[in-house]
Amino acid sequence: MRIFSNLMKEIKEGHFVFTGELEPEKETDLHNTIKAAEELKGYVVACNVTDNPNSMAYISSLVASYLIQERTGMEAIYQLRCTDRNAAALTSDLLGACALGIRNVLALTGDHIGLGDYAKAKPVYDLDSAQLTYMIRKMVDEGVDLYGNKIHGDVRLHVGVAANPNCEPLEAEILKLARKVEAGAEFAQTQVIYDIERVKEFFEMMRSYGIKIPVLVGIFPLKSYGVAKFFDEHIAGVHVPEELMERITKAKDEPDKQKRKEKILEINLDFFIPFLKELKRTEAAGCHIMAVGYPEIIPPLTEAVK
Amino acid sequence: MIVTKEKPIDEILEYVEPYGKILVVGCEGCTHPPRGLREARNMAMTVSMGLKLRGKSVEVRSTSIAKQCDLYNCKVALEPQIGDAEAILTMACSIGVGALSTLFPDIPVFPAQNTVFMGVEDRESDTFKEMCRACGDCLLGETFGICPIARCAKSLLNGPCGGPVDGMCEYKEYTNKCAWIEIYERAKKFNRLDLFKKLRLPRDRRLETPPRMLVGGELK
Ligand code: SF4
Ligand code: SF4
Repeated sequence: MRIFSNLMKEIKEGHFVFTGELEPEKETDLHNTIKAAEELKGYVVACNVTDNPNSMAYISSLVASYLIQERTGMEAIYQLRCTDRNAAALTSDLLGACALGIRNVLALTGDHIGLGDYAKAKPVYDLDSAQLTYMIRKMVDEGVDLYGNKIHGDVRLHVGVAANPNCEPLEAEILKLARKVEAGAEFAQTQVIYDIERVKEFFEMMRSYGIKIPVLVGIFPLKSYGVAKFFDEHIAGVHVPEELMERITKAKDEPDKQKRKEKILEINLDFFIPFLKELKRTEAAGCHIMAVGYPEIIPPLTEAVK
Repeated sequence: MIVTKEKPIDEILEYVEPYGKILVVGCEGCTHPPRGLREARNMAMTVSMGLKLRGKSVEVRSTSIAKQCDLYNCKVALEPQIGDAEAILTMACSIGVGALSTLFPDIPVFPAQNTVFMGVEDRESDTFKEMCRACGDCLLGETFGICPIARCAKSLLNGPCGGPVDGMCEYKEYTNKCAWIEIYERAKKFNRLDLFKKLRLPRDRRLETPPRMLVGGELK
């Protein structure tokens, strides 16, 4: 197997890898995203660049991925979803991504268009994530598009997929992941999860079904009481553990802003360092840290489990 | 059946207002929600009164035929009743509107219904549920009677997506069951997870791209 990216190199070498997340928005200058990418450099091997998260019509993730790589040197994991593009448009964007030096792509079905600010637009889903994965692998391995037409030039992409250990029944999710692996997925990143026991259950079931794919487990540090509360109430299917929520709720009463920040950082580290240490003992290939707007957590977190 | 929902009366009146002689035609095909003779009569009365309120006196007749989606049927049953009608208002689904427009090219035909979907009826809860989108290559043999095209909000072939929570679909705020979780549950019950697990490759979208025709059994 050829290796095109640092992410895949680190995974293949068996390092416990960290990836981060960048979320460009409805904007044209990418100032904050570039700044965030700078801050994460050296701590994560690559960063996901979200594609219309929650079905909000934002700046193209392809353009953002390119500019992030170009301006900061941070390797991008270009997220690409099926909600907004048919197979032809996906192919065009993938060819463009190759030309622009993008080497990792995360193939996503994508949130339903009805969830975001273009709720009246047409949901496309000409392909789904498994079919998109299949198509990308065809492009990479055979140098042809979905219908066998020859592509001029190398297609150098690694394809990742999403998985959700919170899904109930878990078996449905595991079998779906099996399909994506069959389609050629090379790594998986999971939805946010706080329950390490559930993570172990997930790996155990993967094992019992003989599914082999490097998995980066997703975590979401909680920057403030507001973020924690919003997350707990609005992100369906994921709950912040009670104890963690209680500590953060208490910390919000600290009147001094700086002290409050320090306190919350400490609470996060108290929770996530043991979580990561435990995670390192599982077959997880790494951790995907979703800390948009909270880059300061990443250095102490990644250093602690080196 | 083809499920319809009556159009707002003002929209209907706008359509037929310019005409002096209107024929309202019911359809006894798909029977629920009913849109047969009784409904055609009521509609004729409503239209006549509505237009009167707009200061117009018109002649509105009503009739009903068995199945407006059958051209032969329409010709035999309706042609003798057209008389001097200047406009037809049909109670049928949009297929009926198309059929009558084809058959009577010199008379404008207007719809009284919005055609919403093909589905089943649950009379107890007064609910109609979309069941099929006529994709042209039926998958129900692999999905235990639950159509992933019509019942999954993303029409996925390799579901579920990352969206279901407690078996409910992310679209419409978790008020509908996730079709793919249902498919999984049934496949498991029948000990056929092999079908659930199957990787389905991209479809040939030409099968579902309009306009479609079936000529002598061949899809054109
Ligand atoms: S798969 Fe669904 S949409 Fe297609 S023919 Fe069967 S029931 Fe209809
Ligand atoms: S939650 Fe289930 S029904 Fe809804 S879009 Fe996803 S797979 Fe389809």
